[in-house]
Amino acid sequence: MTRTKASGRSIRNLSALVLAAAVVTGAAACAGTSAEPAAGTSAPDASASATATTAPAGTITVFAAASLKATFTKLGTDFEAANPGTTVTFSFAGSSDLVTQITGGAPADVFASADTKNMTKLTAATLVSGTPVDFATNILEIATPPGNPAGVKSFQDLANPDITTVICAPAVPCGAATVTVEQATGVTIPAVSEESAVTDVLGKVSSGEADAGLVYATDVQGAGSTVEGVPFAESSAAVNTYPIAALSATKSPGLAQAFIDYVTGADGQAVLTTAGFGKP
Amino acid sequence: MPRIAPSGPGSVPRWVLAIAIIGALFVVLPLVAMVVRVNWGEFIPLITSESSVDALLLSLRTSAAATALCIVFGVPMALVLARTSFPGQRIARSLVLLPLVLPPVVGGIALLYTFGRQGLLREPMNVLGIQIAFSTTAVILAQTFVALPFLVLSLEGALRTVGTRYEAVAATLGAGPTTVLRRITLPLVLPALVSGSVLSFARALGEFGATLTFAGSLQGVTRTLPLEIYLQRETDPDTAVALALVLVAVAVLVVGLAHQAGSRTRAGGGLL
Repeated sequence: MTRTKASGRSIRNLSALVLAAAVVTGAAACAGTSAEPAAGTSAPDASASATATTAPAGTITVFAAASLKATFTKLGTDFEAANPGTTVTFSFAGSSDLVTQITGGAPADVFASADTKNMTKLTAATLVSGTPVDFATNILEIATPPGNPAGVKSFQDLANPDITTVICAPAVPCGAATVTVEQATGVTIPAVSEESAVTDVLGKVSSGEADAGLVYATDVQGAGSTVEGVPFAESSAAVNTYPIAALSATKSPGLAQAFIDYVTGADGQAVLTTAGFGKP
Repeated sequence: MPRIAPSGPGSVPRWVLAIAIIGALFVVLPLVAMVVRVNWGEFIPLITSESSVDALLLSLRTSAAATALCIVFGVPMALVLARTSFPGQRIARSLVLLPLVLPPVVGGIALLYTFGRQGLLREPMNVLGIQIAFSTTAVILAQTFVALPFLVLSLEGALRTVGTRYEAVAATLGAGPTTVLRRITLPLVLPALVSGSVLSFARALGEFGATLTFAGSLQGVTRTLPLEIYLQRETDPDTAVALALVLVAVAVLVVGLAHQAGSRTRAGGGLL
């Protein structure tokens, strides 16, 4: 008899609990995508002293393509260690999203794009100070689940309809590169899915749903042991170039330039090469 | 300006009204903002492009199928939860409602680990020769997974509200359990069943995360309207906004129609 009443109350309690859980997960998800400070920094904000001096000091915000997250987080920490008194914060997202944000007045000092197309949008809008510098390149690579169960050896193998292949949609950069390689080689891939993001392609491959996926060489490197990479020579038909530039709205042009110099310098290039990027 | 009567049995304090208006604006303003951004000169060509039409038709088809599945499985689930008592019932209820609060991407991952090629059910599915990954079936499964709780929740509430008096009377008059269900219980909760189905349809129509994770994205096969909007946003914001408006219009239309149908079959019950 009392059971129904009790369970009625418990529904309410439960839904409150579950709602709270939803709020928490939602908040966590938000925190994951928003601008985040480079790991392990608690340097005091000294941006006031940055403008006048040539020696780098103060705080800058770097907007960088999502594919640069691992390398730039490390470069930021290294840069801060090499230049005491500086703080570099990052916001990682798709290059086109970042361009939209910068055009909309987001407070960024440096922009690192995953392609020249998105950087050109900013230079055309005269939001860039100086000329963008190419600092890295990236090429496509075949990713397969560990052990390469379908035995994919070459780009031509992907034309086989028995091999479940996932690629990026032509509308996104990795998909555009895929189309370029397909056209250059005359190989047509009967893809079972055209994903909106390279991470979705990786997810389908690492979970074993797909036999193969076309992603960037750095994605294969970054995914560690969850996928296996199959490089192919034809990837040279679509080399993606990463430009970096200081933005005209920056209040710390000296520090912004110092960070760009660091990325294009020997230390920065070493980190980028380790992550699978090519030289510009 | 129409004046809202400050007195009468149905009136509320002015400050409640003021807060309610702010709340309503919070919901309506973003929609207005979207409508303002639509490139009306290009609207028709944008939404009638081949990929747009494919996405809309696929969305309608899969959402209808998912709603049917929700009814087939949701009605018995609601009946069991509302009309029986068994050990672990509270836990069962909370588990059934879990997809309501789960981030859809998590739902997609869970489905992948169940129905995927390397999933829990890979052996029986291999034996039966069923391949779900990257198919329209996967889209329907993802939509059903996220939409089912809406039907169960609204129907269970209605079942509890109408009580068991008529059912008990019918049983004493000699009606069997199936007859009682068919002649008494279901007609009583029909409005809630309709509104629950509509909510499920609307949820299925808007499904994005689980589909993206579980089904993939291929024109005409798995790329539903929300996925098409997400993709177009990358290169063609005009198309994305136009399609978003279509999605909103379809959702409003369906919910409005069913609300009408629900109030005609006597108002009440459910979440609408």
